[in-house]
Amino acid sequence: MNRLVFTFAAAVLLTSGGAHATLNVFACEPEWAALAGEIGGDKVSVFTATTARQDPHQVQARPALIARLRAADLAVCTGAELEIGWMPVLLRQAANPKVQPGAPGYFAAADQVLLLDVPARLDRADGDVHAAGNPHLHLDPRNIAAVGAGLARRLADLDGANAAWYAARQKTFAEKWTAAMQGWEAKAAPLRGVAVVVYHKDWVYLENWLGLKQVATIEPKPGVAPGAAYLAQLLQDVPARGVKLILYAAYQEARAAQFVAEKSGVPAVMLPFTVGGTERATDLYGLFDDSINRLLAGVGTTR
Amino acid sequence: MYRPALALVAPFLSLALNMPAAAQDNAALRQEIDLLKQQLQRMEQRLNGAEQTAASAQSQAAQAQQRAAAAPPAASSSASAFNPAIGVVLDGRFGAASRTPAGARVPGFALGDEAGAPRRGFGLGESEVTFSANVDQWLYGNLTLAFEDDAVAVEEAYFQTTALPYGLTVKGGRFFSGIGYINEQHAHAWDFSDQNLPYRVLLNQQLNNDGLQLRYLAPTPFFLEFGGEAARGNTFPGGGESKTAGTLAAFVHAGDDINENSSWRAGVSHVRTKAEDRVTNDGADTFRGRGNLTILDAVYKWAPTGNPASQHLKLQGEYLFRDEGGQFNGLDYQSAAQGFYLQGVYQFAPKWQFALRYDQVQANNDDAAVVAGSVLETFNETARRGTAALTFFTSEFGRFRAQYALEQTRPETEHQLLFQYTITLGAHGAHAY
Repeated sequence: MNRLVFTFAAAVLLTSGGAHATLNVFACEPEWAALAGEIGGDKVSVFTATTARQDPHQVQARPALIARLRAADLAVCTGAELEIGWMPVLLRQAANPKVQPGAPGYFAAADQVLLLDVPARLDRADGDVHAAGNPHLHLDPRNIAAVGAGLARRLADLDGANAAWYAARQKTFAEKWTAAMQGWEAKAAPLRGVAVVVYHKDWVYLENWLGLKQVATIEPKPGVAPGAAYLAQLLQDVPARGVKLILYAAYQEARAAQFVAEKSGVPAVMLPFTVGGTERATDLYGLFDDSINRLLAGVGTTR
Repeated sequence: MYRPALALVAPFLSLALNMPAAAQDNAALRQEIDLLKQQLQRMEQRLNGAEQTAASAQSQAAQAQQRAAAAPPAASSSASAFNPAIGVVLDGRFGAASRTPAGARVPGFALGDEAGAPRRGFGLGESEVTFSANVDQWLYGNLTLAFEDDAVAVEEAYFQTTALPYGLTVKGGRFFSGIGYINEQHAHAWDFSDQNLPYRVLLNQQLNNDGLQLRYLAPTPFFLEFGGEAARGNTFPGGGESKTAGTLAAFVHAGDDINENSSWRAGVSHVRTKAEDRVTNDGADTFRGRGNLTILDAVYKWAPTGNPASQHLKLQGEYLFRDEGGQFNGLDYQSAAQGFYLQGVYQFAPKWQFALRYDQVQANNDDAAVVAGSVLETFNETARRGTAALTFFTSEFGRFRAQYALEQTRPETEHQLLFQYTITLGAHGAHAY
């Protein structure tokens, strides 16, 4: 018994030691975990709350997440209500003043960029709408750059001793990222103006960046699964509007997208959506490399 | 394109700076303004960038104009901007049962005022209105009013700290106790239309009290929390007025992920209650004495790749044991009661859930002076029930449920059929695990 108590006390002491060798980062989504790694390097220890195979709208406030958030020095989330179904509960239960919204330890990517698709009216009859705008902002690499710059400043604020480290790594990342972006933009030139049908409105930022033209969604309304009548109408629209690709994310059910693809003869393309969504999307570079390759391959097959 | 946007914003920036607001408000405003400026600068850079197509530049600028146009009202009518989040839960039901609910009994138990059998015919369930918001940088506040028939009751009214160090949280006011697993859940979050038997009988549905709670979340790599509560204890299973705290409770919960698909939580809780004059059975019975209740709870959840929306399974069970002793209607009374429930919920398709539950309670009043025909007479029977429920969700915010139960709480078997709708309007707080 005594030994048990001692072991427990030792474990508590070890895990609660004030002087952190590294900054504990709780990343709500894999893309921010990857970005925190790019900028923080080995000065940060990153925990990812969700995987690329999980719908970030629908995560449960599991006990393991509460424990991880309690230990965090910095929470990096998308914000814009993407995590509204689980993050508020985690924040209240984690009893960690450092990462409460408004504290320096809470960083929302949505605060760093301009959001698209801000709804003109708020009504749940319109489905799962986000009042602040479309939160899937990480699929425009220019946003990744802006968030990276903000995150580097925040890391430097929280961990002043390593401020120079974060600034230097951010500079390196920004240069490399800009070069990569130019490469992607040149490579993706054939995608400009290509008409696409998407499953959920996940792709607004990618479309905006690459000049893809979204003509319809498979979901009749955000977060609402399609019915037979809606799909029949959609199948008429696909050829009429010259749709070249049907896009869906790795975390989404493929069935509806595959069904539309099969009936219409337009290829359905699964995109990684975030880091870890496909085998090749192992980091942020891989995410965009693989997304563009898959889009180009999809367009190629229709020719 | 961006210049008009800047020109639009500028007057409001200066207006905002000159507002006679408190110092910290000004600081916060400045921060916001700085953010806005940064955003505008970034936009400017983007617009000047050669890579930007005319089309996307237009959409960006349109966004900025929208923002610029939208920002001033938010700043000038800040009184309503700070309104708490309001959530409404509406619940209605239709019940059919083979026996009349009046005089419903569970052999051997004195039942609290909420522990009766469900009504028959059409009726409203409990309608709820919740207001909640952060009070300041330290506190969060919540008020839940429950409307049942024509009566309004304060279901929860509490503050909770958000910024205490060392993993501590203090909650004060009226709140559902943190004991067990289902005790903290509001009725609209249950997987069945009614509460399980042991909670219904031993806790009068759920333990809800006026008091103070302290929780400590241990800095362990898995979830481990300790909690203690002191409360007034004037409602069942307590009763009467107590000089200090009539009810004391303590609990430990632990939990973790097993893998990407599954997770668990389990706990032990203990509640001590003191009843000065607990009145039950429409005033016919009074009890004076003490009670000790222990709860073991466990829940396991499974969802392929951690996506509960499309498919998930939840297994949940709790075991309750209660010792109660004192004077029942002035006669010596000593009782040992126990009960448990086991339930499984399977979401087999998006929007569809099927749930099964078995529950039972049993009292041993051999050491009590039992008057024949009183509620304490057990007939050596165990009250049992089996329940099946099918739920259809129109969305996260609306659901319809059909539930069938076979209940043996009285000498004869009873069939119950319940149809229920539950809808939520407005802000709907995220659900705990």
